[in-house]
Amino acid sequence: MEMKTIYLLIPMAPLLGAVVAGLFGKAIGRAGAHVVTILGVAVAFALSVIVFQDVQAGNTFNGTVYTWLQSGGLTLEVGFLIDKLTVMMMLVVTFVSLMVHIYTIGYMAEDPGYQRFFSYISLFTFSMLMLVMSNNFVQLFFGWEAVGLVSYLLIGFWYTRPTAIFANLKAFLVNRVGDFGFLLGIGLIAAYAGSLDYAEVFAKREELAALTETVTGWPLITAICICLFIGAMGKSAQVPLHVWLPDSMEGPTPISALIHAATMVTAGIFMVTRMSPLFELSDTALSFVLIIGAITALFMGFLGIIQNDIKRVVAYSTLSQLGYMTVALGVSAYSVAVFHLMTHAFFKALLFLAAGSVIMGCHHNQDIRYMGGLRKYMPITWITSLLGSLALIGFPFLSGFFSKDSIIEAVHASNIPGAGFAYFAVLAGVFVTAFYSFRMYFLVFHGKERFDQVPHDEHHDAHHDDHHSGSPHESPWVVTLPLVLLAIPSVVIGFLTIQPMLFGDWFGAAVFIDSVKHPAMSEFAKTFHGPVAMALHGITTLPFFLAMSGVALSWFFYLKRPDIPAAIQKALQPLHTLLENKYYFDKFNDVVFAGGARLLGKGLWKGGDQMLIDGVMVNGSARLVGWISTLVRFIQTGHIYQYAFAMIIGVFALMTFWFNRF
Amino acid sequence: MNAHLLSLAIWVPILGALPVLALGSERRNAVRWLSLLVAIAGFLVTIPLYTGFNNQDAGMQFVERLAWIPRFNIEYSLGVDGISMLFILLNSFITILVVLAGWEVIEEKQAQYMGAFLVMSGLMNGIFSALDGILFYVFFESSLIPMYIIIGVWGGANRVYAAFKFFLYTLLGSLLMLVALLWLFFEAGGSFSILDWHNLRIDMAPQILIFIALLLSFAVKVPMWPVHTWLPDAHVEAPTGGSVVLAAIALKLGAYGFLRFSLPIVPDASHAMAPLMMALSLIAVIYIGFVALVQEDMKKLVAYSSISHMGFVTLGFFIFNSLGIEGALVQMISHGFVSAAMFLCIGVMYDRMHSRKIADYGGVMNTMPKFGAFFLLFSMANAGLPATSGFVGEFMVILGAVKLNFWIGSAAATTLILGAAYTLWMYKRVVFGPVANSHVAELTDINGREFLILGILAGAVLIMGLYPFPVVDVMHATVDNLLKHVATSKL
Repeated sequence: MEMKTIYLLIPMAPLLGAVVAGLFGKAIGRAGAHVVTILGVAVAFALSVIVFQDVQAGNTFNGTVYTWLQSGGLTLEVGFLIDKLTVMMMLVVTFVSLMVHIYTIGYMAEDPGYQRFFSYISLFTFSMLMLVMSNNFVQLFFGWEAVGLVSYLLIGFWYTRPTAIFANLKAFLVNRVGDFGFLLGIGLIAAYAGSLDYAEVFAKREELAALTETVTGWPLITAICICLFIGAMGKSAQVPLHVWLPDSMEGPTPISALIHAATMVTAGIFMVTRMSPLFELSDTALSFVLIIGAITALFMGFLGIIQNDIKRVVAYSTLSQLGYMTVALGVSAYSVAVFHLMTHAFFKALLFLAAGSVIMGCHHNQDIRYMGGLRKYMPITWITSLLGSLALIGFPFLSGFFSKDSIIEAVHASNIPGAGFAYFAVLAGVFVTAFYSFRMYFLVFHGKERFDQVPHDEHHDAHHDDHHSGSPHESPWVVTLPLVLLAIPSVVIGFLTIQPMLFGDWFGAAVFIDSVKHPAMSEFAKTFHGPVAMALHGITTLPFFLAMSGVALSWFFYLKRPDIPAAIQKALQPLHTLLENKYYFDKFNDVVFAGGARLLGKGLWKGGDQMLIDGVMVNGSARLVGWISTLVRFIQTGHIYQYAFAMIIGVFALMTFWFNRF
Repeated sequence: MNAHLLSLAIWVPILGALPVLALGSERRNAVRWLSLLVAIAGFLVTIPLYTGFNNQDAGMQFVERLAWIPRFNIEYSLGVDGISMLFILLNSFITILVVLAGWEVIEEKQAQYMGAFLVMSGLMNGIFSALDGILFYVFFESSLIPMYIIIGVWGGANRVYAAFKFFLYTLLGSLLMLVALLWLFFEAGGSFSILDWHNLRIDMAPQILIFIALLLSFAVKVPMWPVHTWLPDAHVEAPTGGSVVLAAIALKLGAYGFLRFSLPIVPDASHAMAPLMMALSLIAVIYIGFVALVQEDMKKLVAYSSISHMGFVTLGFFIFNSLGIEGALVQMISHGFVSAAMFLCIGVMYDRMHSRKIADYGGVMNTMPKFGAFFLLFSMANAGLPATSGFVGEFMVILGAVKLNFWIGSAAATTLILGAAYTLWMYKRVVFGPVANSHVAELTDINGREFLILGILAGAVLIMGLYPFPVVDVMHATVDNLLKHVATSKL
């Protein structure tokens, strides 16, 4: 088969599965729906492996599928760019998606919307593949919005729940705020580069760098990069556009793993990496990226500490980790960012799926205060969760260690404004991450069994209300198999790939770094002497101690002396309230933006349209006509002599006027 | 190849309406099927306009000329270019859907109902193909009559107020247009040919006056802020078919007028007035977007959203680059599909619940899943989601606007947020959620006829979103020519 056919087949196979399961779900039944979609994604994964081998052999591809539109000197096309960066994303997306598809068979087994769910996640896989495989901004934007659409559909999957349909609308609108910036960035590129094809735009990067935006007077490249990054802030949930991600946990757990942890939310990270030739030209934009990332990494981590919903803990951890990736982007360590993206995709998908398994095992209780001691009942879930948590906190030799330590080292080596603050943030973040991760781990799997204390009005994660009690149970094999298959890369992938990905120039031309201006990566490379040395050295460094003390502290607080956290909470009540309210972002948005928009709309409608335009202008002029005619009516008496008299006076006046003119 | 195609496009539906009317409303089946037949025939005769169209030719094609009133040199002269051709197809296509939409719902005077729509379809085709000023004016004005009747007879409770408001608003505007047309007639040495007018040299002062006279007429039709308030009232009172034609076709007449008259005949005035036009357009996009957000009546909401979308059209025209104008034209066609679909969706619910109030709904998805899926697609198209037609035009206009001025582009791009907010918030309250009341619980999902209508529109929206190339390709030569025209001073 020709490579181009394969490229085309990769997104089309899941699309076909989605269409069949979506339109003919009733006809093919439940089994039919999962068979056809899993087949589609499996084909995509297998073909991605073939493409990987081809790319590994040194082949890249940049070509057009069809011309979408031509106007005003712009040729907008649908096409593929296949290089190392793309193929890495393709592998991650299709692999995690495949795992999630299999997992869903077990997780959604009793849900009436079974076929619909499979259709959506396959459609998501298609959209995400279109996004990462694109060779131009239009298709990127298409994929960008399409994943947003599927995310909207899936967050609101249980559409009878008020919280779910609130969350999905919120997610869509907050993302649209990001897209507003993204689209303007694309507009600036189109206006000044005259093309929306990556290669053509990158070829003009030096020219663009010299320009100033004519109307605003801003340095063009900085304006472009910040606009694009605003898009990334929406999709990758960076402060202050992060507010939608915790709420997105209203969706079923498999999609939290696939969309809101492993793939879609990393689209922003991928995009900035793809745009590295542009971002490298603007230190201002990079500093902006760095500071936003650092704030997200640290402050979202804090919120993870006080969450009691198992999925929300993982969600805040995702926010914080996305902040880490963004920090890496800010110090021009793009390859480190996508490296962390990859390791995070595996261990975070694992953690989410494990959380889902716990939720199933606990009969749809999600509150970690009512779990405990689950390791006895759910051994596979327990072990895989432990591995995932260790990977997340960066335990040496596990995948998260290599990626997170690399971020810390790169920030340390960076000289860009804001790097000092970011270094502090990512270091402190290590402690926080370890603390909330193991708080959850200990509360769920160790300690006293508390699952019989579940209050019955508790929020739960399924459509059906089967609150039958009983001890927890391990999940079926369709659920545990993906856990095991995700645990393997969570452990080993970092060790295996750090050498080529970060230091072996594996990405080649796909990632561009101006190492004279931004020497962080090259400085960091000098200290690297192989993965074993790095891991061994890691044990002696500050991040390791921070992580271990985080684990120890959570052990002390939640297993040894469970009375202390309550005491601290009481002592630091204002702080706790601040965290409880998530720094008041939601309240602020609700009052100022949502409330303000409604108020403004009401004002314009009642005051503008109804009072001024209709009341004064339209009906007013109608009234004026009526009023004038009432006056005129008095003259129309119907008496001929009055008319004749008026006529004579009129003629007289006219004649006077006429003769006096000359 | 010219078998009087344009005349056929005009007269097939109008003459076809006569036997429909003659059948009388007692024989409902015969009326419906004959109307459908006429509508389909009316659409079929327009297809050769597309297939036989020469994309490279910027001039008028399929031209027909006959002396009509020789004393005043008024001609029956027709022709289409890359700007107008697609609207004839769109109009004839929408007519089929309108006939289908009135199939069961219209119980009173169905023959007259169908007849009115068929006549209007022919008249609209006349507007898009007339090359003589008076012929244009006659079509333009006479198209008011069937719409007035449709709203006034088959409309809702407050239909008489709405029909009068609609009629007077639009009539007021067009009287000034007649003055402008007569002025041009004398200036052109006794010619009503629009193409002759394109080559007139006119001083700045009269140019401005003509622009304003035409503006008043076209702005009401579009409608532009602040002469838009007739539209929500007209939509709310109009029957579903009336809303569909109003939104899909009638609103395009004013916008078309700008391209056929204002821009090429008085280019200097157009340039001088461009800042005002852009400001009005952006007010339409933003102000109306906020107003749409707080509507409690679904039809009003979609009506306001129409105004907001039409703001993109006028914005695209007056940024004077091909991305803008072509984007605006694409937006017009796309809006024809999307707004038609939105009104049909609301009609589907109204037929069952007899309410358009958002508050009366909730959880429609539970009882009408197929409908919910269609409605979602069209809502997303209304919110400008890529891969639907709603995205293409807005995207092009925003690109064109950023090219002209970053701030104008930013203001226009707020539609990304506002459009999604008002459309999806409505969708959430109507379709999602638990079943809100016993009426919603009793809803039945769409039947085969409704499925067919919505399915056809869904196909159109998706195809145009995924492959807009052929649509835009038709316009290039004409738009380039127009831009050249506009760039040349007529002083």
